Amino acid sequence: MRGTAIIPIRRSQGLAPPLPERGEERYYEAMQIPSSSPASGSADLRLVLSAAFRASVPVLLGYISIGLAYGLVLVGSGLPWWLAPLSALFVYAGAAQFMGIGLLAGSAGVLELALLTLLMNARHMVYGLSMLGRYANAGMRKPYLVFALTDETYGLLTTIEAPQGVDQRSFYTSVSALNQSYWFIGCSLGAALGNALPMRVEGLDFALTALFTVLLVEQIKTIRAWEPYLAAALGAAIAYIAASPRDFLLLSLLIALGLLTLMRKRLEPARPQGAEAAI
Amino acid sequence: MNRLLLGTAAMAVVTLFTRAAPFLFFSKRKPPAYLDFLQRYAPAAVMSLLVLSTFRSVDFGSAPHGLPALAGVAVTAALHLWKRNVLVSIAGGTALYMLLSGLL
Repeated sequence: MRGTAIIPIRRSQGLAPPLPERGEERYYEAMQIPSSSPASGSADLRLVLSAAFRASVPVLLGYISIGLAYGLVLVGSGLPWWLAPLSALFVYAGAAQFMGIGLLAGSAGVLELALLTLLMNARHMVYGLSMLGRYANAGMRKPYLVFALTDETYGLLTTIEAPQGVDQRSFYTSVSALNQSYWFIGCSLGAALGNALPMRVEGLDFALTALFTVLLVEQIKTIRAWEPYLAAALGAAIAYIAASPRDFLLLSLLIALGLLTLMRKRLEPARPQGAEAAI
Repeated sequence: MNRLLLGTAAMAVVTLFTRAAPFLFFSKRKPPAYLDFLQRYAPAAVMSLLVLSTFRSVDFGSAPHGLPALAGVAVTAALHLWKRNVLVSIAGGTALYMLLSGLL
């Protein structure tokens, strides 16, 4: 979904809803609200919420449609409907949630789920860095802001400033909470819809494979190197022979990561000093 | 049901860990270069394996010899290269897969 993403998916992985283009800058300028005289608390809240809502409309469209697909596929894979709202509330990571459908509907263990989620979301460990400053003074809200930092929320908050007169921290919190509410509504609606269908639609779970194909195409466009794909192919070949279908994904993944690590020198030949700081 | 709850809890904890990591560990020092390497190149390998794992359960020996899945993946990729619209790619590939599975 992105992506996660989906969610919650990296912009370069293609699932992020369209973020404002350069030409739309005026739109965001236009919606800036002049700082008014000290207003009452509830008026402040309304101001913040309306600014946050307008900023988050692109995410609204993306999260509702991708959430709908998630809920539909989840129920179509034979999983109980309540898993969709539960995951939207507590996991809130699109690509990982989509991956989780296949693993949970199959026979994957908790360890496999944890490891794959870790790899799927490893990007968060690095790109959250640029939010360190923005969230430094968030106080009590910080834990939620960190929890809800999906690719799309990250994309919005690093692109758009809070309008004048609107408290920065409240704006961040409102955008984050609104985005999660869109995701929650999309996932829940999709699950309800899937549950209401008179019969199980055969073959709908192929949407998962299609999603991963899309993400793979995006990866191939972004990562101009053959090593990760060779590592994956070799890992898959070995696991195909050596492992049961149940253990296929885990074993192939471990082999692929090992091979990838061995090829690290090839992929990152003598990086210039200071290149790492430019994350 | 317990497995579903436990699995979802694991995903929730790990996801939160990845999002909290920069704030917990790297606010004072630089993240290790290996982590940067991994977050850059691991997703490409993971996606490849997730697509390949679909074919692990396909029986190529008997009709329709995995044709619906192969055609579904190929059309999804082609649609995405052409239009680059996520929903169109997924809907097109899935529809073709469902159609071929029913026909063949």
